[in-house]
Amino acid sequence: MIERMPDRGGPQQPLLIARGLTKHFPLSKSLMRRREVVQAVDNIDFSVMKGETLGIVGESGCGKSTASRLIMQLIEPTSGEVIFDGESIGRSGLSLKKYRRQVQMVFQDSYSSLNPRLTIEESISYAPMVHGVPKSKAISRTHELLEAVGLAPSQYARRYPHELSGGQRQRINIARALALHPRLIVLDEPVSALDKSVEAQVLNLLIDLKKQFDLTYIFISHDLNVVEHVADRVLVMYLGKIAEIGPVDSLFSDPAHPYTQALLDSRPSMDPSRRRTEPPLFGDPPNPINPPSGCRFRTRCRKAWGLCAEQPPPFHQIKPNHSASCHAVALEAERVSE
Amino acid sequence: MLEYTLKRIAYTIPIGLAVSLVCFMLVHISPGDPIDSIVPPDTPTEVIEQIRAEYGLDRPLPVQYGLWLSRALQGDFGESISKGRPIGPDLWVATKNSLMLAAFGATLGFVIGCVLGGAAGAFRDSWIDKLCLGIALFGVSVPHYWLGMVLVIIFSVQLNLLPSMGMGPTGPWAWDWDHLRFLVLPAVTLSLIPAGLVTRTVRGLVSDIMGQDYITTLRGKGLRTSGIVLHVIKNAAPTTLAVMGLQLASLLGGSILVEAVFAWPGTGMLLNNAIFQRDLPVLQATTLVLAFFFVFLNLIVDLAQTALDPRMRRT
Amino acid sequence: MNMASPATAASPTPLVRARDLCVSFATPRATVNAVNGVNLDLAQGESLCILGESGSGKSVTLRALMRLNPPKRTVVTGELNVANQDVMQMTQAQLSQYRGPVVSMIFQEPLSALDPVFTIGHQIAEAIVRHEGISRKAARARALSLLELVQIPSAARRLGAYPHELSGGLRQRAMIAMALSCNPRLLLADEPTTALDATVQIQILLLLRKLQRELGMGVIFVTHDIGVASEVADRVAVMYGGRVVEEAPVEILIRSPRHPYTSGLLGATVHAGTRGTRLTTIPGAPPDLAELPAGCAFAPRCTRAEPGCHKAVPPLLEVTAGHHVRCPVVCPARIQAPINV
Ligand SMILES: Nc1ncnc2c1ncn2[C@@H]1O[C@H](COP(=O)(O)OP(=O)(O)OP(=O)(O)O)[C@@H](O)[C@H]1O
Ligand SMILES: Nc1ncnc2c1ncn2[C@@H]1O[C@H](COP(=O)(O)OP(=O)(O)O)[C@@H](O)[C@H]1O
Ligand code: SF4
Ligand code: SF4
Ligand SMILES: [Mg+2]
Ligand SMILES: [Mg+2]
Repeated sequence: MIERMPDRGGPQQPLLIARGLTKHFPLSKSLMRRREVVQAVDNIDFSVMKGETLGIVGESGCGKSTASRLIMQLIEPTSGEVIFDGESIGRSGLSLKKYRRQVQMVFQDSYSSLNPRLTIEESISYAPMVHGVPKSKAISRTHELLEAVGLAPSQYARRYPHELSGGQRQRINIARALALHPRLIVLDEPVSALDKSVEAQVLNLLIDLKKQFDLTYIFISHDLNVVEHVADRVLVMYLGKIAEIGPVDSLFSDPAHPYTQALLDSRPSMDPSRRRTEPPLFGDPPNPINPPSGCRFRTRCRKAWGLCAEQPPPFHQIKPNHSASCHAVALEAERVSE
Repeated sequence: MLEYTLKRIAYTIPIGLAVSLVCFMLVHISPGDPIDSIVPPDTPTEVIEQIRAEYGLDRPLPVQYGLWLSRALQGDFGESISKGRPIGPDLWVATKNSLMLAAFGATLGFVIGCVLGGAAGAFRDSWIDKLCLGIALFGVSVPHYWLGMVLVIIFSVQLNLLPSMGMGPTGPWAWDWDHLRFLVLPAVTLSLIPAGLVTRTVRGLVSDIMGQDYITTLRGKGLRTSGIVLHVIKNAAPTTLAVMGLQLASLLGGSILVEAVFAWPGTGMLLNNAIFQRDLPVLQATTLVLAFFFVFLNLIVDLAQTALDPRMRRT
Repeated sequence: MNMASPATAASPTPLVRARDLCVSFATPRATVNAVNGVNLDLAQGESLCILGESGSGKSVTLRALMRLNPPKRTVVTGELNVANQDVMQMTQAQLSQYRGPVVSMIFQEPLSALDPVFTIGHQIAEAIVRHEGISRKAARARALSLLELVQIPSAARRLGAYPHELSGGLRQRAMIAMALSCNPRLLLADEPTTALDATVQIQILLLLRKLQRELGMGVIFVTHDIGVASEVADRVAVMYGGRVVEEAPVEILIRSPRHPYTSGLLGATVHAGTRGTRLTTIPGAPPDLAELPAGCAFAPRCTRAEPGCHKAVPPLLEVTAGHHVRCPVVCPARIQAPINV
């Protein structure tokens, strides 16, 4: 039977550290022009503490999924590295096989991430069997997991993915992610394709499982409400860069970066008597092929001034654990301290 | 678009070279010394060596290839072994004849295919669909030389309406009924396969397009059927033309049997004779010309497709 | 039998009046009863949101208002009047006159709803040419002013753009321009912002609200997001299993929902302030529209279900003026007489 891998570094050692993680996708080579790249993820640093949920938010195309694929080591980074529980991954440190056992992923599209020709039971028990667990053990573990995600094994174990609803399929994906006793689960928009009532069921389930199996989550979503509901810390991305990162209360109640503020203000009011009157931002996010110079947000930022076009803003710590990458924030802090 | 066009043309150069190399090697990898097919078995060695030098066959292979290609590009394909006269003029006439036949056959097939396929796709799963599909299936599965003979029996032998052999009165070709009537039966026979393939393609495309969201949008704008048909055609055009271009190319080379049945003096006939007479230079030259046509048509198809579909356009 | 809401009571003939609208699809496996008796009233200039989860019949209802469901497989019954025209009796020719100048629609996914091989300008202009018979050049000029109306920057350049060359937000704006091209009196919007990012969604919602006010159109919005409804709707109709289960002015619906499904849905919706609390959920899954239960479609999932709920479809009851609920358990029959069957 597969056991959970032991904790190496102790509670103070972040479970995962991303250091300078970068992914530039080359575009089709053009003979007559210089080679262009999509700067999908550009030099991001963050860490995930043991037992916490790190939420990643941002608009589509800002690099959330690319970041998750980098973390999963599904694609080769252009530069940068991932450190898991104090060990770097790859040749010298933790082997990819051992890493993959401890880190699992759940995708948005619940259907295409399951093999349509395998029954639920076969899908979930597949990975443990590859790792050498005898079939009978793997099956009984599968039934425990189905139980854990709220699906009666007697009813669902032998079904095929197309015989399930979207919410049920997402539960299967979660069960499958749990099969190898992972320590970290990367959830890429796990509830975005689900209806509200089903979304609530799956969110409750994720919160329960985290406690039950002592898990750490990276939770990617474009829905700020969902991230506020589940995350402990939040990372806001814009065009491949981190705009702001901080504890959920601090970031939601006191957003520092103009982009975070705009994202929060873009949420519908939920109160017909206090409707929004003015959109907080104009236009769509620009193209990550030729991102704006300096601060990437400057083309849509109301506070932008000359400096923003010239220099990329540094990270500025506003409160403990809460920093933003914005010249205005840095300037403001300087003024206050003077 | 201009950049893409130039790039695409540039890409055809290595392809063309590779194709010509294959044609060239055809002679050199075939068993036996090519000289043997030119001279009688008991020719003295010095005569053979002299002929070898005359044909340049004593030079290193790359040099031979270079010489051969540069001559071929100027229209000089050497001499036919069996006829003992230059290949160029004969090949030119044959190519023209074949091209004419293939163009008629392909156009006919294209029109039939678009009509049948369009009807089948628009009325998917109805009896119209089944009928059109049945015809298409017949088209691709019946051996076309057999159909050619059947047509000859019906229209030439029984009804005596259309001629069954050759290209009509001797002398140069003219665009009148006296000549064109010779084209009818072979062109119809030849059109069968492209008609079947295009029917299937167009049917799939049309029924797929009709199910797209943007067609609902068009209906939602209050467009009439005629307005919607325009959108269907423009969306189906790139793929249909691609299929058609490739069909035309394969008709050019693949009509050996049909040309034989109707004694049509095209490249098919030429190849046919060359094979039976082991006339390697003719075989080589004809293959080269056909292969170049293939490459050229591919280029045209690609460019046409790119021009028609804005999504494929690269700036 | 009259389901008058405050807004419609003011105007004698509502813009939209649908009675007992039913839509079913004949599929090879079964008959799908997607819409099962929907009544709708909409006044000129009013905005109604149809709220529901996927498969509840929102889009089919919307398409039925334009008779846009695939003609061969669809059976539509009931009464439908839009702008004093009997839509159910229209011939294909009449329908093509009706679609565009009277009613038009914005779709959820602008990329697939726009033809990829024609420019934006062409697609807008062709509707104008079709309905107003003006020259292509004049139509293009109108298309340009429409793109400006929907606040597309450098509109003249966008006229010649193909859909895939625009960002999601611009595409949806172009779609809106197209829908407005023949000055419709009724605008239908099927989840127009679901495919968009939050910062773009709010721009589009505010734009639609502004256009509606300025042009005085009636608007029916379909959404699964109560937040969207709170931004744009005057009234909200909640759909479940192809029926409207609750209908009320938007403030009332958000503040005091009555139907167990509506309350469940609102309780399950994550919003600011749910952090640390456990979300209430609705157990089970939506009904199979090929085999709807005989009684209340929500009964198998309803915690308040009574034996009677499984027997007959409950009637729509009026609890207060303009607030209708299809559940006798939460609003006992003595409050109000049933208003439809
Ligand atoms: N294989 C690839 N080749 C080229 N570009 C890519 C590739 N994968 C992603 N990109 C580009 O990288 C950028 C970031 O993509 P990513 O999928 O990470 O975005 P995302 O934040 O997950 O967006 P969404 O919310 O839509 O899922 C996008 O511009 C995308 O088009
Ligand atoms: N053309 C069709 N043929 C068969 N079933 C359909 C068709 N269109 C919609 N349906 C079915 O009708 C039901 C309601 O669909 P829809 O109105 O699109 O839901 P939503 O509320 O998500 O918009 C669904 O079960 C759907 O599968
Ligand atoms: S650095 Fe400048 S442009 Fe960027 S967010 Fe801050 S103020 Fe705006
Ligand atoms: S009618 Fe009955 S089952 Fe339906 S919602 Fe009301 S209480 Fe629940
Ligand atoms: Mg993504
Ligand atoms: Mg829908």
